[in-house]
Amino acid sequence: MTPLKNIRNFSIVAHIDHGKSTLADRLIQSTQTVADRDMKEQLLDSMDIERERGITIKANTVRIDYTGADGEAYVLNLIDTPGHVDFAYEVSRSMRAVEGSLLVVDSTQGVEAQTLANVYQAIDADHEIVPVFNKIDLPASDIDRVAEQVEDVIGIDASGAIPVSAKTGEGIQETLEAIVTQLPAPEGDPDATLKAMLVDSWYDAYLGVIVLIRVMDGQLKKGQKIKFMSNGTVHHVDRIGVFRPQMEAIDVLGPGEIGFLTASIKQVRDTRVGDTITHERKEVEPLPGFKPAQPVVFCGLFPVDSAQFEDLREAIDKLALNDASFSFEMETSAALGFGFRCGFLGLLHLEVIRDRIEREYDIELITTAPSVVYHIFMKDGSMIELHNPADMPDLSTVDHLEEPRIKATILVPDEYLGDVLKLCQDRRGIQLDLTYAGSRAMAVYDLPLNEVVFDFYDRLKSVTKGYASFDYQLEGYREDNLVKMSVLVNDEPVDALSMMVHRDRAEMRGRAMCEKLKDLIPRHMFKIPIQAAIGGKVIARETLSALRKDVTAKCYGGDATRKRKLLEKQKAGKKKMRQFGKVDIPQEAFISALKMDG
Amino acid sequence: MAEDWEYGGFGIYVHWPFCAAKCPYCDFNSHVRPSVDHAAWADALVEEIDKGFDVVGDRIVRSVFFGGGTPSLMEPDTVARILDQIAKRFRQTNQIEVTLESNPTSVEMGKFQDFRKVGVNRISMGVQALNDSDLRRLGRMHSVAEARAAFDIARSTFDRVSFDLIYARQDQTLAQWEAELTSALEMAVDHLSLYQLTIEPGTVFGTRHARGQLRGLPSEDLGADMFELTQDICEGYGMPAYEVSNHAKPDAQSQHNLVYWRYGDYLGIGPGAHGRVTTHGARFATEEERMPEAWLNGSRRIVTENLTQDVQAWEMALMGLRLREGISRQRLEELQQRPVDQGKVQHLIEIGLIESDSERIIVLKQGVMVLNAIIPELFDG
Ligand SMILES: Nc1nc2c(ncn2[C@@H]2O[C@H](COP(=O)(O)OP(=O)(O)O)[C@@H](O)[C@H]2O)c(=O)[nH]1
Ligand SMILES: C[S@@+](CC[C@H](N)C(=O)[O-])C[C@H]1O[C@@H](n2cnc3c(N)ncnc32)[C@H](O)[C@@H]1O
Ligand code: SF4
Ligand SMILES: [Mg+2]
Repeated sequence: MTPLKNIRNFSIVAHIDHGKSTLADRLIQSTQTVADRDMKEQLLDSMDIERERGITIKANTVRIDYTGADGEAYVLNLIDTPGHVDFAYEVSRSMRAVEGSLLVVDSTQGVEAQTLANVYQAIDADHEIVPVFNKIDLPASDIDRVAEQVEDVIGIDASGAIPVSAKTGEGIQETLEAIVTQLPAPEGDPDATLKAMLVDSWYDAYLGVIVLIRVMDGQLKKGQKIKFMSNGTVHHVDRIGVFRPQMEAIDVLGPGEIGFLTASIKQVRDTRVGDTITHERKEVEPLPGFKPAQPVVFCGLFPVDSAQFEDLREAIDKLALNDASFSFEMETSAALGFGFRCGFLGLLHLEVIRDRIEREYDIELITTAPSVVYHIFMKDGSMIELHNPADMPDLSTVDHLEEPRIKATILVPDEYLGDVLKLCQDRRGIQLDLTYAGSRAMAVYDLPLNEVVFDFYDRLKSVTKGYASFDYQLEGYREDNLVKMSVLVNDEPVDALSMMVHRDRAEMRGRAMCEKLKDLIPRHMFKIPIQAAIGGKVIARETLSALRKDVTAKCYGGDATRKRKLLEKQKAGKKKMRQFGKVDIPQEAFISALKMDG
Repeated sequence: MAEDWEYGGFGIYVHWPFCAAKCPYCDFNSHVRPSVDHAAWADALVEEIDKGFDVVGDRIVRSVFFGGGTPSLMEPDTVARILDQIAKRFRQTNQIEVTLESNPTSVEMGKFQDFRKVGVNRISMGVQALNDSDLRRLGRMHSVAEARAAFDIARSTFDRVSFDLIYARQDQTLAQWEAELTSALEMAVDHLSLYQLTIEPGTVFGTRHARGQLRGLPSEDLGADMFELTQDICEGYGMPAYEVSNHAKPDAQSQHNLVYWRYGDYLGIGPGAHGRVTTHGARFATEEERMPEAWLNGSRRIVTENLTQDVQAWEMALMGLRLREGISRQRLEELQQRPVDQGKVQHLIEIGLIESDSERIIVLKQGVMVLNAIIPELFDG
C-alpha cells in the first residue's frame, strides 16, 4: 500500500494528434515501467486499436514508479482517455477518478475544439492542470502564441507550462517533476470502511468481467466479500492488481490507488460505472455516481438476408455483453422484415458496432436512417419517447414535440468562418458566442442534435478543408415545429426512409431526398415516381426515368456461358437490394439518401 | 422423343486464332504470330472433327463456320481438308451453309476464288466503318476503298456476303451514322451485322477507358437513339433485324447463328472454341484451351460441364429472346420443369416490353434495348 502523499493520479487531455500517446510512451519509458526491449510505440494505444475495432472505449490505465528529485518514491497513475465526442461520457467519468490533468497542446497548432471540451471536463472535475506544450522540436512550434491562446481561450494560467518534445524526450523529466510537485496527492483514510469507485468494466475472455476501481477509503484485498451499493449484489474478490500496463497482481489497494479486481462477474451489465463498492456487511455514504450513458442515436439494423436474423440476434447479444451503452430491441418493418432497433452514443459508435457485426460476424446489414430520440407530448398529458419516426402517433392525438439540442463548439481559421456560420445557420443553429484567438475563431452554437447526428461533421470537414475542430455536449430538450416526412417510391411508402424534420425545412429536405434517391435507385424497365410527403400532402417529387438501353451487342456460341454467368451475377446483385413493390432499392440507399450536400 | 437441341439443329464452329494485327477494341481469342505451321494446324483441326464425331455420332450438319481471329488468313488447303473430313464423317443438308470470316484487305481478295472452290459459300467480312479516319482509330489496316473493293470481289465470287459494322464509335453523331448506314445498305449486301462498340476489359480500349482516356463515347441516350435509328433504316431497306444486331433480307439469315440462338447443338473446334453437345441424354458445354500453342500441343479440351436443366433453360432463353421470333414457352417450361411466372410475364407485357401467349414469348422492339434487364426478371425466384 502506497502512502497517500506519494501517489499522484492524473489524466492527459489533448486534441487528437497533439501527442498524447507519444507523451505517455515517453513517461512510461523514461521511468523504466516497461523494459526497453518490450517498449513499442503508442503503448497505450491498444485502445486506439480497440477504438477502430469498436469496443466501447475503455479508459486505459498505467501505473508508473518514479523517484522524485526529492528522493521520494512516487506512484503515478495515468488514466488515458479517448478523444471522440461520442465517448465524451467516458472521459468525464475517468476524470472523476484522478486529481489532476496534463493539458497537452501541440505548439505548432494551438488550442482545438477537443482540447477545450476535454479541459472543461477537467476543470469541472476540480483538477489541477499542468499545461504541456508539445512538439517543440518542430520549426513551426510557437510557444508564446499557444500560451496566449491557453490563457485567452481556456482562461488558465500558462506561465508554468512545460515545453516538451515527446519525440526527442526533451522536457519529459520536467513533466514528471511537475506531476509530483504541482498536482495534489489524493486524500483518504486507510483505516476507514472500504469505499471505492467503479470507474469502468469490460469483459475478458479468460478472466470474465474486469472492474477498474479507484479506492477512496479503506483497503481492498483479495478474498474479501464486496458489495455493489447500487444493486446490493455481493461478490467474492478473486484477484486484485494494477496495470503496468499489463495486469500485475498485488496484495492490497489502499486509498488513492487505482487498480482492478475480478470477482466472477458474468456480464458487464451486472456492473454499473460510477457505483460505490464497499464491504459486504458495511454501509458507507455512496459516491455521487455518474449518470449512465444514454443512447442518443437510434437506427434499425436488418440482415440483408432475412435467414440471418438469428445470427444477428446472437451477434448483438454478444456485443452488448461488453458494451452497456448500446441498447437494442426487436423491430419489424413491412419492407425490411425482422431486425433490431438499436441505440448508440453517437454516429461513430453506430458505425463501429455496425462494422463489427458485418466483419466479425459476417452478416450483411441494412441500416435505416439514424434518428435521435424525440419527446412527444400527447394531448392526454403523457409523454412518449420516439425512437423511430415510423412509430409517430396520429397527429390529432399529439400536443407538441420536443427535440434534443446540443451546445457545439467549433474552432476554425477565420478564412473559413463564413462557411461554418452558414452551415450552422442552415442546420437551424442559434449562435451563442463568437470569439477570436489570433487568427482562429471560436463559434459556439446551440444546434438541434438531429441536424448534427448525421453528416454535420463530414460537412464541416469539407467546408473547412479539415481545419475546423468540433465538439459538443447535450443540453436538453426544446419544443419545435417538427413533422414526420414519409417517402413514397413508385407510390408505395417506404417506412425505413421516413424521418422527422422541421416544418420550415421539410420542402428542402424532401427535395434533396427525392433527388438523392433518384441517383441511388438504379433505373428500372419502367419509370418510377419518387415522392416526399407530410401526411397526405406531397411536398417534393422526382421521376426516375426508365432504363433505355441494356443489351449485349454481340452474342455468339461462346458467349452463352459468359452471358449466363454475367446474368447470374446480376441476379445475385439483385438479392442485395430490397424490393418495395416492384422496385429494387439498394441497401446503401437507406443511409446515403439522408446525406445532405449543401 | 425429340431431344431439346433439335429445336436449333446442329452446326460446327472452327476457330482460327491468328490475326495480322490485334485491333484495340477486340476481345476475341486472336493472336499475332510471326509464322504459323499451317500443316500442323490442319492435322490438328481434322483430328478434332473426328473426335467430335465420336461424341455426337451421326448428325446432319446444317452449317460450318470458320471464325476468328482471321480465318481468311488460313490456307485454302486447310479449309479444304477440314471440310472434306466433315463431309466424310457427317451427313449434311443439301443447302449446307459454309461461312468464312474475312478481313477486307488485298491479302484475302486473291484467295476468294480458292475458298469458293473448296466449298465456302458465304463470306462475313469485317468492314467495321465506312470512314477512313475512324478505321484508323479502330486500328484497322484497310481503307474504305480497299474494303469496298474486297466486298465487290466477294460479291461476285460468292452467293452470299455479309459484313460487320461497328457503330456508336468515338465522336460519331446520329447524322453521321445515318449516312454511313445508308451507304452500307446501298451496297449489294443481303446480311449485315451492326454492332454497337462495346468496351471490353482487357483490350487496349478497355484499359484506356478505365483510365478515362477514351473520349467521345456516346451517352446511353445517344446509343439508344442510334439503335432505334438502325432498326428503322434497315427495315426501310427490307433488312429488318432478326436478332439484336443482325439484319437480313428474307431467307438470307445466317443459318449458323440461328443454331446458336435457337440453342441447337454445335461442335466447337480450335483454341477457345465453345460447344454445346447432347449425348447419352445429357447436355454438355465444352470449352477449348485458348492459347494457340498449348492447344496445338495437345491440352485441348479444358472444360466439359454437364448442364443442369435450369442452366439450359437460362441459356436457351438468353439466346432465344435475342431473336425476333422469340422462344417457345412450352420448350422453356419443359427445360426448367416448372411454369413461367405468369405475374412477371404479365408485368412485362403491361409495360410494353414483351408479347406472350400460351405458345411463345417474344421481346418487342422496345424491350430489345433492355433485354439484359428482362431476362433475369423472367427467372426470378
Ligand atoms: N515532431 C514531433 N512529432 C510528435 C511529437 N509528439 C507526437 N508527435 C507525432 O504526432 C503524431 C500524433 O501523435 P500521437 O501521440 O499519436 O497523438 P495523440 O492522437 O494525441 O495520441 C504522431 O505522428 C507522433 O509521432 C513531438 O514532440 N514532435
Ligand atoms: C472475329 S471478328 C470478325 C472477323 C475479322 N477478324 C475482322 O475483324 O474483320 C468479329 C466481329 O466482332 C465485332 N467486334 C469485335 N469486337 C467488338 C467490340 N468491342 N465492339 C463491337 N463489335 C466488336 C467486329 O465487328 C468484328 O468484325
Ligand atoms: S477484330 Fe478481327 S482482325 Fe481485329 S483483332 Fe479481332 S479478330 Fe482480329
Ligand atoms: Mg493516440
